[in-house]
Amino acid sequence: MTINIILGVSLVLAAAWTVMTARLLRSVIGLALTSMILTIIMFKLNSPLAAVFELSVCAGLISAIFISCISLTQRLTDEQAATKQKERFSKFWLLPVILVLAGVALYQVHIPLDFHLQAAPSESDVRNIIWNLRHLDLIGQIAILLAGAFGVVALFKD
Amino acid sequence: MTNELPQVFWLFSIGAILLLITGFYCLIMTYNLVRALIGLEILTKSVTLFIILAGYVTGRMALAQALAITLIIIEVVVIAVAVGIVLCVYKNIKSIDGRLLRNIKG
Amino acid sequence: MLSPLLLLPLLAIMILNLPIRSLTQKLSVWVGVGLSLWQIVAVILLATGRGCTDTWGKFFTLGLSCDNLTLVLLMSIGIVTLTTILVGWQTIGGDKQRFGFMNLVFVAMIGMNGTVMLTDLFSLYIFIEVTAVASFILIAYQRDTNALEGAFKYIILSATATVMMLLSISIMLLVVGDTSFAAVGSAVKQSQGNPLVMFAVGIFICGLLIKGGVVPFHGWLPAAYSAAPAAASVLLAGIATKTSGIYALIRLTTSVFANNESVNSVLLLAGTISILVGAFAAIGQSDFKKMLAYSSISQVGYIILALGCGTNLAIIGAVFHLFNHSIFKSLLFVNSAAVETQSGTTDMNKLGGLGTKMPVTNATSLIAFLSTAGVPPLAGFWSKLIIVIALWQNGLHTYATIAVLASVLTLAYLLLMQRRVFFGKVADGLANVKEAGWGITVAASILATITVGVGVLFPWMFNSVLMPISSFLK
Repeated sequence: MTINIILGVSLVLAAAWTVMTARLLRSVIGLALTSMILTIIMFKLNSPLAAVFELSVCAGLISAIFISCISLTQRLTDEQAATKQKERFSKFWLLPVILVLAGVALYQVHIPLDFHLQAAPSESDVRNIIWNLRHLDLIGQIAILLAGAFGVVALFKD
Repeated sequence: MTNELPQVFWLFSIGAILLLITGFYCLIMTYNLVRALIGLEILTKSVTLFIILAGYVTGRMALAQALAITLIIIEVVVIAVAVGIVLCVYKNIKSIDGRLLRNIKG
Repeated sequence: MLSPLLLLPLLAIMILNLPIRSLTQKLSVWVGVGLSLWQIVAVILLATGRGCTDTWGKFFTLGLSCDNLTLVLLMSIGIVTLTTILVGWQTIGGDKQRFGFMNLVFVAMIGMNGTVMLTDLFSLYIFIEVTAVASFILIAYQRDTNALEGAFKYIILSATATVMMLLSISIMLLVVGDTSFAAVGSAVKQSQGNPLVMFAVGIFICGLLIKGGVVPFHGWLPAAYSAAPAAASVLLAGIATKTSGIYALIRLTTSVFANNESVNSVLLLAGTISILVGAFAAIGQSDFKKMLAYSSISQVGYIILALGCGTNLAIIGAVFHLFNHSIFKSLLFVNSAAVETQSGTTDMNKLGGLGTKMPVTNATSLIAFLSTAGVPPLAGFWSKLIIVIALWQNGLHTYATIAVLASVLTLAYLLLMQRRVFFGKVADGLANVKEAGWGITVAASILATITVGVGVLFPWMFNSVLMPISSFLK
């Protein structure tokens, strides 16, 4: 249980840092960190396959996309970064307060869990569900990947 | 294990709810286009966690994982397209500050 | 016959993108015309009961279903895609550009066809997202700053809607353990008043209202519609947001989330506010396309209002108005495309007297706006009439009155539009304007014929075509 609490708290901390830090690059690193913590949580929640996806795609690919975007757009000097940090702090000081208050408040609440909770062993395999039972979703994914490919072509070509 | 289940569920639910708050806060307060996308990412993470939790609690891990994987794939496509649009914006106005984009009044 | 509606566009994209571009680039438009015509024929076949065996579907577990609501939507998707392709043919220059555009239209087609045929909440999310991603790119296609801003706004709001829908799906997964419409529907029915389930239903509907551009979630819509390339705004305003937002709303409120009092009252309110805000905002616009965008918000309000009423007649009215709306709004956007390509502007202050220069555009625009405003005997009149009657029968007199009065308002702003763009003296610098190219005029003529045809044939259609629509209501 202790490890779960640590994981939960660090997840929120990483997300808060992502939002509050002034430099976009650090923000992206914070996002990757959040992803990694989420991956560990997913492992703990018996979802290894989704966890691997989260790690490789969200922590890896999305960070790469963001970093290339940032390196193509913005360059801040140290001074600018410092003033920006102040500006950000004035805008975002409320966030940790809200987070702590909400966290404490929610921790006090005991929701009546009237739906049946049972962590029974899963009834079938993930691969079976993806490849055999949900063909429609596969078609959707192919379509969206195609759309993404056309989009990248349309938006980047000169 | 079974006794701990509601606790684990509620603990991570709190985490996910706090992520939702963080993401929305970021989305509302920021003018930077890239940062808005980062806010969206945090929101999506929160939802992924919710789906995995729901699967864990009801014992339908396989379905939940299938959904989470699909969700992650769609998320990356949306982000890629959005980043493409941000880069085009940068090409046009040399800035990624949303405040400069006020030609169209909504 | 159902799965080809998804698989053929997919196949078309793959074949077109084989490394024989020099050939396929020229072919893409014809393929698009063929696909959309085939879709229209397929719908007619399905509606008459032929072609129901799904040979291709045997190899997949797709879980598609088809009822009369689906058929109506498939029909409008076919028609609007056809006109989009015709307009795109004319307005998008360069083989390469056009080729990319067609590919994206095909992806949007897959997304929309999937959305109307599927039977699973999570698949619904996927296909709505497919349509949305295709729309983002179509809006930003020509990369001018306004369009990019519109697209970005759309991405942010659409992603927010997505998060809401996914949250709802995860709650459903928690309570039901499954995401298919049938399972969720029965669980919602059983868990009468469970606050968690009500919350899930509420945020899903909220998400769909954002996607459909209903007030107070309409912020993205005028920016996106007005800045998009002409052909893209036809697709977007005509059908894309209607399928992903409004169709899904109709499907879920009628078949899945069961007729629920509190949901209905929210829909009634949102619908009325949309009608009024859209109409009043439209009056103040000086941009042609932006006025049409606000008009679109206002018309969608009627559909939501009817949906909130919840009786069978009201829902028939809603579906009929959805069809009519997609036809006449596409027509108006086709006309705006004609004006934009020929005169180079959509600012109504700079336009005027185009009626004599562009007779076809003028005539079809007149038909479209009369239909939008609900003037008999055009199609829009009948669907609005059904909605008002249904509201009145159900004792919602105030709402019915507002609906009628807003109709007058619609007439006012569209008349203003017609007068400023087409009537009066020819504006400066527009003396050499000619009628738009054949693609646009053919598209406009097709849509105008449908609007008039449906309107005139309505008395015959009412029992044979319209009443059976309600068969999807259980």
